[in-house]
Amino acid sequence: MVSERPLPAADDASEPYWQGCREGELRMQRCAPCGHLRFPPRPMCPRCQSLESGWVRVSGRGSVFSFVVAHPPLLPAFAERAPLAILLVELEEGDDLRVVGNLMDAGPGDVEIGMPVEVVFERVSDDVALPQWRRAGS
Amino acid sequence: MRRAAAIAGIGQTEFSKNIGRPERTVALEAIRSALQDAGLDAREVDGLVRFDMETTSEVEIARNLGLENVRFFASVAYGGGAGCATVGLAAMAVATGQASVVVCWRARNRGSGGRPWAATGAGVPGDYQFTAPYGLVRPVDQIAMLARRHMHEYGTSSEHFGAVAVAARKHASRNPRALMREPITLADHQASRMISEPLHKLDCCLETDGALAVVVVSAERARDLRQPPALVLAASQGMGPEHSVMTDYYGPHFLQTPSTWAARELFAASGVTPRDVDCAQFYDAFTPLVLLSLEEFGFCKPGESGPMAASGALEWPDGSLPSNTSGGGLSEAYVHGFNLILEGVRQIRGTSTCQVEGAEISLVTSGAGVPTSALLLARR
Repeated sequence: MVSERPLPAADDASEPYWQGCREGELRMQRCAPCGHLRFPPRPMCPRCQSLESGWVRVSGRGSVFSFVVAHPPLLPAFAERAPLAILLVELEEGDDLRVVGNLMDAGPGDVEIGMPVEVVFERVSDDVALPQWRRAGS
Repeated sequence: MRRAAAIAGIGQTEFSKNIGRPERTVALEAIRSALQDAGLDAREVDGLVRFDMETTSEVEIARNLGLENVRFFASVAYGGGAGCATVGLAAMAVATGQASVVVCWRARNRGSGGRPWAATGAGVPGDYQFTAPYGLVRPVDQIAMLARRHMHEYGTSSEHFGAVAVAARKHASRNPRALMREPITLADHQASRMISEPLHKLDCCLETDGALAVVVVSAERARDLRQPPALVLAASQGMGPEHSVMTDYYGPHFLQTPSTWAARELFAASGVTPRDVDCAQFYDAFTPLVLLSLEEFGFCKPGESGPMAASGALEWPDGSLPSNTSGGGLSEAYVHGFNLILEGVRQIRGTSTCQVEGAEISLVTSGAGVPTSALLLARR
């Protein structure tokens, strides 16, 4: 039995992020007064304490900052994908923006730190599209 | 608060893969044994400090042990990060007169009770909504992400992680309480199967059932009790900026976990430096956390921890910093790091099975990669 894949339970702060993903755009939260980009989404800017923020589309390009290759035992939803590469991608926009994802177009043996990647979206349910990664230019 | 309070009693159950009694029962056994060790009557206990994750409430503890009145009770959050902070809170309560005899404990049937990550549900809230949908749910994966980056930045190797595991097992081989006592070699470590690359099975702690407790009283009172006091020289907590629990991946301080901040506070409060520490019990859910802690607590510079461990520095009796001298979470037992506190006390008492001769100052650290705490214990 393959049980359900864990999916995000969006909250007030993260809903615009997931909304962007559903629309095929990777968006980051930007502080309205100071312009600081922040992730994970949250109500207040840690630099200027403003509650005013908006969302901007980012390039969707980055590089592998770190990664692991997970071997069994995994959650049933991932068991068939073992060994599973899980990436930590640093976005090119700076501000230490990093997001977790999987590599969609190559196996775990092809991953290395510094590898340029670009975002793709994986539709995993009617309501959820996950930002994922493929090798840049592939 | 320096030297105002002391750990006067320690107690525990056996460690087991399946202890066969509920967490409530083993908690009570451990506390009863700690009070007996100190030579204190349960009716003198007036303070309780627990982990948030503890399944037994203060009320249950109090009415089973027959406590007359608990006038100070508190709990500390963030899993394995809580351990040393429970003792720190107890010491503060004693130092400020809020309580006179405080019990801290951890009871966890993590060996027989199942893996928390396996219960990851379909809708994941909080920071994990950005990680769990990708299969990043196990603590080993969360920490392996830090380990890989450390290898990249500093040339740290899997063999460096292995040196931590080998030292822990060497120490456990002398400890009759330890779950894993058969010595291992670096080759055994390298041959153990991958769990989350770059981490092997022997980089991981032991899934354990068991309970432990300590009793904290004033330093003055402790001197009149049955055991040599382990004085609380300093205790600290830390969180650091823009922290994310277990997925500490965001913001400018990658590879600086909350331990960095707990360490700063700890040494500032203690009046001693890392050079004064005779032995250490580092939180070791996974081997890379020990290397990170060596750096964060100031025993070497960032990036130097791998070669330091490989040089034998952590090994008793000849290493420069004998560490995890009971075998720690890797080889004695993993009870959210609480067994490290008891070993820190034994080093001060002179009763460890890997006793550091003349140990005067003993460091204990709690969970790395989560908001955490640390403790310096002293003989005088």
